[in-house]
Amino acid sequence: METSEQIRDRILARFPAATVTLVSNPGPAAQHSLVLDHTHAVEIARFLRDEPALKLDQCSNVTGIDWPAKEVVDTVKSTVPDPAGGPDKVVETKTKRLVPGSLEVVYHLYSIALRHGPVILRLRTADREAGAVVPSLTPVWRSCEFQEREVFDLFGVQFNGHPDLRRILMWDGFKDHPMRRDYLEPDDYEWEPTPHGEVLAKAKRHYPAGPAATPAATEAPKS
Amino acid sequence: MNADNTLSVHPESAASVRAVNDAFHGDLLEVSMGPHHPSTHGVFRMMVTLDGERIVKLKPVFGYLHRNHEKLGENTTYLASMPYTDRLDYLAAMTNNWAYAIAVEKLSGQAVPERAEYVRVILAELTRLLNHTCLAGFLMQDLGCSGTPLMYAFREREKILDLFESLSGSRMMCNYQRFGGCRVDPSADWLAGARHLTDNYGRFLDEFEDLLSGNEIILARTQGVGRLSPELAVSAGVTGPMLRASGVNYDLRKVDAYGVYPRFEFRVPLGDHGDVYDRYMIRILEMRESIKILQQALAGIPAGPIIDPKAKLRGFRPKAGEAYGRIEGPKGEIGFYLVSDGGPNPYRYRVRPPSFINLTVLEDMCLGQTIADAVIILGSVDIVLGEVDR
Repeated sequence: METSEQIRDRILARFPAATVTLVSNPGPAAQHSLVLDHTHAVEIARFLRDEPALKLDQCSNVTGIDWPAKEVVDTVKSTVPDPAGGPDKVVETKTKRLVPGSLEVVYHLYSIALRHGPVILRLRTADREAGAVVPSLTPVWRSCEFQEREVFDLFGVQFNGHPDLRRILMWDGFKDHPMRRDYLEPDDYEWEPTPHGEVLAKAKRHYPAGPAATPAATEAPKS
Repeated sequence: MNADNTLSVHPESAASVRAVNDAFHGDLLEVSMGPHHPSTHGVFRMMVTLDGERIVKLKPVFGYLHRNHEKLGENTTYLASMPYTDRLDYLAAMTNNWAYAIAVEKLSGQAVPERAEYVRVILAELTRLLNHTCLAGFLMQDLGCSGTPLMYAFREREKILDLFESLSGSRMMCNYQRFGGCRVDPSADWLAGARHLTDNYGRFLDEFEDLLSGNEIILARTQGVGRLSPELAVSAGVTGPMLRASGVNYDLRKVDAYGVYPRFEFRVPLGDHGDVYDRYMIRILEMRESIKILQQALAGIPAGPIIDPKAKLRGFRPKAGEAYGRIEGPKGEIGFYLVSDGGPNPYRYRVRPPSFINLTVLEDMCLGQTIADAVIILGSVDIVLGEVDR
């Protein structure tokens, strides 16, 4: 199979306006990946699928990765000549900068026709809130349909152009996205309103809190 | 009966029946099949829209068994995730273990001794026998052959589970593979037991096939039902026996040639029509090929260490990077995608579940079929909800 650099060059030769960035994988697996820009992503995906030399006809695995915003400390070493005439001093200046967070969608492509792979594509969202949008590749590979729904459900990435974007594993009324790194589990999953709460509220109205408070009024309601 | 031997109803009532039929003509009926329907193999729901008896729309509903397995994987160490992988597809714990081990070995560049590779192949093929036998039994149950074929299948399954139990200590939750090898070395007695089982398995398959494969009712119910075209199967990421039943020659044991599979001679059975019968038959044929692999592997298993002596299990911290490892599980391509940031836990732990992705085409296969066929089409996909919902 062609290397990731060759595939990137092939894409850039076909789509000169596109931005394709190579992300190298330092691990022993050496499965490098290509980050695509949003405007050309669907066209590039279709090109990778149909190009006779690549024929990446199977999108095997789609998943998300959450990269929350983090503070990075840059240390710059500079040598300052000593005014007293001694040896140069090494001064470390530390600057903090905030790397904005993003969500990443990763696609593992294989070719069944030519039996090679994987080619790994990545799409990155602008941020983790309102800008968490990427184009959907479901029109190119049907296998993305349920998997992109799963990424939407668990990570909260919106897929533009997905035919049926709904929650898939969590229930419809669920609010958060549990696979995000900063997801906090609710204390009581099992809590649901019971008639007991209404009775307590009624008792409160009936016996206004005062010096001779009733047991119902002294006990603060638990929820 | 009339004089001309035809059945007739009173003209007035015939007119009223027609009026009722006309009034309801084109009305659609929405049926929620599951999550407690016995044919859904667990807690799976299909929202089916019917026109008469024909399916016009089918939307699968998931999540009843969802426990966010991937989050659990991110919150535990690499080794501690190994027993959790047993619970994904609980019919195929050994192949889940292997897929996870292969992904971690790719991530960390770990080598595996030869004996362990042979043991892995033996266990994976036994798992394939086990899974396909169960599937054939379940499918027959779904078709209405109540009891007997399933019990025959379960009798054989129990023999394989006995082997797993004597090797790993557990029938189904084996937790047997490790990064860089396997947990315990199989004894000579165990290998003799596996040889005995392998040599007799073909006889069971002959018996099973004599009873079922040519059965007229089974042919009538399954042939031409739930067709899946090869183009759609490839595009929808369908893998495993379902893909090969549609005639696409793609078996990871041949394509990726992982482990010691290139040393064994076996064929990849392919279907012609991609219908329910082909999916049943592919599994039977794959079992016969698995027996061949097992015989070769059990004859050629070398002596040596079962786990790489340099393998580090506890305090295991692979360098930053990522890896996707996959193997041919009994249900299709089972893969694990791991991202490491150098810590003791994976930064991202993803399971590529074959039966979940194979369900993408469930609606396409069921459209235009009757509701009774939806049951056997789902049965022929071969799902385990522990893996679909994770």
